[in-house]
Amino acid sequence: MSARPIATTRSAAGMPTARLAVWWIIASEIVIFGGLLGSYIMHRLAHGVWADYAAATNPWIGGFNTFVLLTSSLMAVLGHQAAERGDGPRAAKMLYLTCGGGLLFICVKAYEWTTEISHGMTITANTFWSFYYTAAGIHALHVIAGCIIMLFVAQTAKKNLELHRVEIIGIYWHFVDVVWIFLFPLLYIAK
Amino acid sequence: MAETIHVGHAEEHGHHDHHEMSFLEKYVFPLDHKMIAMQYMFTGMFMALIGGFFAYAFRMQLAFPGMDVPFWGVVTPADYNALVTSHGSVMIFWVAMPVLIAAFGNYLIPLMIGADDMVFPKINRLSYQIFLISAIIIIASFFVEGGAFGGAWTAYPPLSTKAQYSLTPIGSTMWITAVALEFVAFLLGGINFITTAMNSRAPGMKMWDIPMVVWMIVIASILFMLSVGPLLAGGIMMIFDQQLGTAFFDPDRGGDPILWQHLFWFFGHPEVYVVLLPAVGIVAEVMTVFSRKKLFAYKTVLYTAIGTGVLSFTVWAHHQFIAGIDPRMANVFTVTTLLISVPIAEMMFVYIATLYGGKITLTTPMLWALAFVFEFLIGGITGIFLGASGNDIYMHDTYFVLAHFHYTFYPIAIIGTYAGFTFWFPKMFGKMMNDGLGKLHFWLTIIPFNLIFLPLFVLGASGQHRRIYDYTNFPELAQPWQQDLRQLATISLVVMLGAQVIFFYNVIKSWMSGPPAGKNPWNSGTLEWTATSPPPHGNWPEGLPTCYRGPYEYSHPDHDKDYWPQNEPA
Ligand code: HEM
Ligand SMILES: [Cu+2]
Repeated sequence: MSARPIATTRSAAGMPTARLAVWWIIASEIVIFGGLLGSYIMHRLAHGVWADYAAATNPWIGGFNTFVLLTSSLMAVLGHQAAERGDGPRAAKMLYLTCGGGLLFICVKAYEWTTEISHGMTITANTFWSFYYTAAGIHALHVIAGCIIMLFVAQTAKKNLELHRVEIIGIYWHFVDVVWIFLFPLLYIAK
Repeated sequence: MAETIHVGHAEEHGHHDHHEMSFLEKYVFPLDHKMIAMQYMFTGMFMALIGGFFAYAFRMQLAFPGMDVPFWGVVTPADYNALVTSHGSVMIFWVAMPVLIAAFGNYLIPLMIGADDMVFPKINRLSYQIFLISAIIIIASFFVEGGAFGGAWTAYPPLSTKAQYSLTPIGSTMWITAVALEFVAFLLGGINFITTAMNSRAPGMKMWDIPMVVWMIVIASILFMLSVGPLLAGGIMMIFDQQLGTAFFDPDRGGDPILWQHLFWFFGHPEVYVVLLPAVGIVAEVMTVFSRKKLFAYKTVLYTAIGTGVLSFTVWAHHQFIAGIDPRMANVFTVTTLLISVPIAEMMFVYIATLYGGKITLTTPMLWALAFVFEFLIGGITGIFLGASGNDIYMHDTYFVLAHFHYTFYPIAIIGTYAGFTFWFPKMFGKMMNDGLGKLHFWLTIIPFNLIFLPLFVLGASGQHRRIYDYTNFPELAQPWQQDLRQLATISLVVMLGAQVIFFYNVIKSWMSGPPAGKNPWNSGTLEWTATSPPPHGNWPEGLPTCYRGPYEYSHPDHDKDYWPQNEPA
């Protein structure tokens, strides 16, 4: 196609289109996770014994991963600041660091899951563990997808192009972070 | 939405560098919103033929049990279940949604708000591609071992999750996968519709200048977005139950089958408004043009639509009155259900008030629009019967329910689509359709439609349950008069399906050799009619329009012409 449509340059609602879009994406993601976690909470309330199952999770690993994600979100913020100043290369660097956080999160998760599975706590062990793997798994997919998109954004940002995208992917990343902030207490801590 | 308009300086440079596009670029992987709309439109119509064929096959079995159905063969019980399930799923997810939201949304939103395209053309293209894959999966499921899923379009577990009950180990998973992919496609499309309408309006187009159909498609997209998430999560849980052996919905192992019903209907009820609202919008456009009047109570209609949208999240359990929910909850859902029929009724009154005193021309699109009001009314009113939980305990899962929702969905998906398609055909293809053939097609569709479904109300009230393969096994449901009504319904269906040949003939004939339409054959005031027919890539190569007034300035006292286009300076 030729030039970008003029439609993309307008902002009748007073907000850049990409930011508007990412908020709508987040809205629809909220209901996806909302439905999943709502179902989980209803089950959890109905089955007291789930507290015993939850006791087998490892809050230290979960806590460490929370810390990793929060730090990576900080990197995303620093990247946004750099982009605001027009410093593309630094913004890209910060995004790479954010990605690094995501990668570390996934690696820790992989270790955690392997241990749990080898101890017989598989996705079919009982419905608590089904929710545990499903919810955390869908979240992990979001982490991976965010990392991949972030690498693309960083590639262009490095050349000082499309710097507004740094903010957009940052918003998305904070959202992924917030989802984890809900998952962590629900799956690991609530006894 | 702020009402301020920022006109970017980028407005000036548009599509100057026109390079010749290859066939693939133009028709197979297009970025142009109009071409993507056509892809959705024709895929949707093709799926409608498939869905109609399914209905033909299982209706033949009901009217003439055990017969060798032409083009299908003997309908076995497994066939019957697969056909009914696929008919419902296809008509809702692969016909109503793509045609009403995606095709009309893609075609109309940029043109009616005076933009040259959607804001995310590539996401738009991706949306169609995912949709196409989902359509292929649902059709392909007929050819796998065990055949297509037969557990109804609502897919209640445990029937849908356990292969030893459904006997479709692969088909069930293909069904839910296809549905989930379709949702993803419409989430992507919806983001486009919402952001485009919010951000890319022509300079001068304020909130109240947006044509009603654009509003309706946007509100529908928002509703879809906010209701489908839990079911998407539920879909993943269902796939895991089917393929990994989890027990989310399995009561034997700590799961809860009713959970699925909640997730399904929390989406399923808003979904009916997701498809209703675009049709309401289309009819509003057609009615104003052919009665040369302003839309009655524009803002009220809008608030009503938003109110309906909000309320539609609070009624879902009226589908579950006999699923063992607490009777006190049934009371609550009865009240909300009765409440939601108020805004719907109001919309119908608004149409009638718009017609009142107008200069009415009965063109083909106008006939469809009028039929929409007339037929949908029947659907809406019977909904009130069902919303009363005491009554629904008797009516639930009978043909009364089936007739109710066909009197809503059919006006929406078929009548609404024909109203819109015949109305915008001149814009889409640059030719006028043949009005005589159009009217013939109209009557040969509407009369059989009523002859199919009116008898089904009677049968339902006499106790005929849905989803039964052969009523001759139930003596009290196999009385001669009942079988006669079944045959009436089936024969009417065959007539109606046959009449669609007239439509396709008319489309092809008019497209090839119809009289040229010119820019604005209906003397309509909205912006799409100021572009050439069909509009080129970029819609207005000479420069995008500016908007000066509302969309329905017909018979305006201060203006000599009987309409005052939105783009004409005062
Ligand atoms: C006036 C507003 C409406 C009311 C009060 C209403 C009420 C109801 C109720 C109570 C049921 C459940 C009956 C049962 O299963 O026992 C029902 C079923 C249904 N309604 Fe409506 N309805 C309304 C409008 C609509 C609209 C606009 C649509 C479609 C666009 C629609 C589509 C359906 C469908 C598809 C079902 C049956 C689903 C199934 O069991 O397969 N309804 N309606
Ligand atoms: Cu409903």
